[in-house]
Amino acid sequence: MSIEGWDITALGAGRVLPVVTAPEPVLSRVGEAVDPTDPQVVALAADLVATMAVSPGCVGLAAPQVGVGVQLFAVDVTDHPKAATVHGAFVLANAVIVEASRWRPGREGCMSVPDLTGDVKRAGRIVVTGELPGSGRKVTITTDAFEARALQHEIDHCNGLLFLDKVSGAHAIYQRKVYL
Amino acid sequence: MTDVHGAELAVTVIGPDRTGIVADVAEALARLGANLTDSTMTRLRGHFAMTLICTAQASATEVEAALLPLSADGQLLVTVRNVGPDESGHNGGLPYLLSVHGADRLGIVAAVTRVVADAGGNITDLSTRLVGPLYLLVAEVDLPEGVPGKLTERLAHVAGELGIEVNLRPAGADVL
Repeated sequence: MSIEGWDITALGAGRVLPVVTAPEPVLSRVGEAVDPTDPQVVALAADLVATMAVSPGCVGLAAPQVGVGVQLFAVDVTDHPKAATVHGAFVLANAVIVEASRWRPGREGCMSVPDLTGDVKRAGRIVVTGELPGSGRKVTITTDAFEARALQHEIDHCNGLLFLDKVSGAHAIYQRKVYL
Repeated sequence: MTDVHGAELAVTVIGPDRTGIVADVAEALARLGANLTDSTMTRLRGHFAMTLICTAQASATEVEAALLPLSADGQLLVTVRNVGPDESGHNGGLPYLLSVHGADRLGIVAAVTRVVADAGGNITDLSTRLVGPLYLLVAEVDLPEGVPGKLTERLAHVAGELGIEVNLRPAGADVL
């Protein structure tokens, strides 16, 4: 499945940026809305894709994770065993969840919290609206399973939230034993 | 209090971790006919830490004597004491989850839990972690009705003072 009007190559080549980790304050600030047609935003979108691509096991990266407190993130769950619907690699600006259902728990980690994982209840089916960097085109994405989880995790980042803010219990945090 | 199952005893075992501590404790209790009920065990920064409740016809002194070999090398600290039966029940509060994280500094747990206690909140489970510069606390809290709104405000105030993030949310359990 692909997103109509989306061409990742139009972003151009991005730079690989350093990823910041908690307790870096930018991770806890609500990101500012961006103009998706702004060339700086398009360049940042390319940087997010490039940084995500070189990070082993990384299925999503939000702008606050590279130190920029704005509403922009990249996702790519291609070939992930837990994925059902897959839209490939894409970047969304100013994304909002408009529908969420089929809540279920799952274990997740984060490049910005490298030493811990946690159990978080997420919607297994969501509808998200957002804007594509470059064209600024408004899109509505319906997805499920692991792509839905990844989108919710990244949208949380854009709103200054980490998975630590949503773990399902006092003992639902785990020391990471395997690093990808 | 003693009933047909015997008195309730609380046992704590703390010290450097090694293989077989749980087996050693459980075997010693089994030999005494002590029935292990609720227990929790974890490693805190690599240290073995176990707390358990058992019911036993034996006295606390007898159980302590049976567990003495565990602490013979001076590494493990073992304590046994009589405790009353569970009288806490459910206080009628609503279950909430509290997450706190931020740069490690002195007094985070003290400040946050004091605000919770002053609001009548009862912490029923808690864990904290220090990983690198990041301090994390996750607690399960029973809150009286009408309290969560005000508590959220007070926690936000404390969070602002300490430069940490605090998130209080309902912990809904689905009954199936």
